[in-house]
Amino acid sequence: MAGTSQIVIDQVSHTYRPPRGREVLALQDVSLEVRGQEFIALLGPSGCGKSTLLYLVGGFLPATLGTIRVDGKPVSGPGPDRGIVFQHFALFPWKTVRANVLYGLEKLGLPRAERERRAQAFIDLVGLHGFEESYPSHLSGGMKQRAAIARTLAIDPEILLMDEPFGALDAQTRSLMQSELLGIWQRSPKTVIFVTHDVQEAVYLAERVVVMSARPGHVKAIVDTRFGCSDPSVFKSKAFVDKVDEIWGLVRDEALKAQGNQSP
Amino acid sequence: MKAALVRYAPLLILAAAWEAAVRSGVVSELVLPSLTDVVSAWVKLLRGGDLWLNTAASLYRTGAGLLLAIAVGGVLGITMAWWRPVNALASPLVEMLYPMPKSALIPVTALWLGFGDGSKILLIFLGCMLPVTLGAFNGARASDQALVWSSRSMGASRLRVLWDVVLPSALPEIMNGVRTALALSFVLLVSSELIAARSGLGYLIGFLGEGGVYDAMFAVVLTVAFLGFFADRVYQRLERRVLRWRE
Ligand SMILES: Nc1ncnc2c1ncn2[C@@H]1O[C@H](COP(=O)(O)OP(=O)(O)OP(=O)(O)O)[C@@H](O)[C@H]1O
Ligand SMILES: [Mg+2]
Repeated sequence: MAGTSQIVIDQVSHTYRPPRGREVLALQDVSLEVRGQEFIALLGPSGCGKSTLLYLVGGFLPATLGTIRVDGKPVSGPGPDRGIVFQHFALFPWKTVRANVLYGLEKLGLPRAERERRAQAFIDLVGLHGFEESYPSHLSGGMKQRAAIARTLAIDPEILLMDEPFGALDAQTRSLMQSELLGIWQRSPKTVIFVTHDVQEAVYLAERVVVMSARPGHVKAIVDTRFGCSDPSVFKSKAFVDKVDEIWGLVRDEALKAQGNQSP
Repeated sequence: MKAALVRYAPLLILAAAWEAAVRSGVVSELVLPSLTDVVSAWVKLLRGGDLWLNTAASLYRTGAGLLLAIAVGGVLGITMAWWRPVNALASPLVEMLYPMPKSALIPVTALWLGFGDGSKILLIFLGCMLPVTLGAFNGARASDQALVWSSRSMGASRLRVLWDVVLPSALPEIMNGVRTALALSFVLLVSSELIAARSGLGYLIGFLGEGGVYDAMFAVVLTVAFLGFFADRVYQRLERRVLRWRE
């Protein structure tokens, strides 16, 4: 493993304890190290704790057991070094698209002209030109998702946590956004943890794919998926197809287990 | 224009029916002066300046009481939603006082602060604070956790999140509470001025009624009704503007 680990997740468990209702052990004994500027994808059946793991790294929830370190320091709360794109977007409904994107930039304390320029650049990047003054309630699911991506990318965090960021997009837009993301990652390298249900997407984007088990989630397998090219024709190559098949097999087993868990 | 005409047609019909009922003698002038008499009494009151002075006094009291109620109620509701100890302390009080008929406080505030502006402002403040508090509390408690996290992850401090996320999340409920408070403030204003005041629209109604000047009394009653209606209209406009992101 070249380079040092930027994110160290060490035997982490998380239990949800809702004020009413029963406790849920969401993550059990998860260990994972992510190198600086590495792009990893997180796959696993629905409900296995992928979002929870991102919330722990983001510092929104405390680990019930174990520790998470970022740049050597234990995570004790959220911070702008770790940008997150939430699964359900979490746009401020009372702010326009532009104001949403500007929010984080204001917090960074950038000069006004620079904020405006950056906001516009990222709104254009995600294809929302012309919708700057729209409120989220007036946008489609996919547009909201792109606005949320623009908001997080604009603050250029060192670590990018993305929770199914392209889940609401149609195939064409999704493929465009994938290349944009790779472009950004190559131009200004950052550490990315990318949650997805799409095995092809994971294999295409990530350097390593982490497959999680059914709930309580832990790391079931880590597969190296570097192909050294972001050329769309890679999809057809034998190596790519084989990797996708291999990972599909792992994910399918867990999905079946997850189904079994649900029936009494 | 035409739409407005259709909208206010019931009012026009009511006015015409009023005038006809009194003119034809179906209703005695002793019970209900004719509308035309009321209008001319109203013009006279305006010319004499009495109506202006008393309206100004009343509006000052409602305005000051309401502003205080909104500021204190909003802050109290949000802090109750955000800090458990505050909630534990304030919540039983709020629950106990909420159903109390606020007009019961009229003699109390008069006893404390006398017959002037202070007692009305305090009464309206106390009476109107709870609907705003409850609105702010419910609204703030329902604020989406992901929005709070979102704001925190972009560098907002815990305190800053209250302003950036919790307040705007609670705003629709707060504005609802304020609308209730607005209506309540008129009720409290007029009844307290009827009982314990030497100026204001409520006082004027009582004064004219006791003096038997019924056309002028009705003129003031209509003024109060119109002010209440107008305030609610303006408020609804403001609410739509402030909450236009919800449409
Ligand atoms: N606030 C909560 N309170 C109680 N249990 C929760 C809470 N949030 C999540 N869980 C439980 O924790 C488990 C993991 O949830 P999580 O959202 O992390 O799954 P996920 O892998 O992101 O699923 P998906 O792919 O459907 O988004 C689930 O079984 C869920 O029921
Ligand atoms: Mg999830």
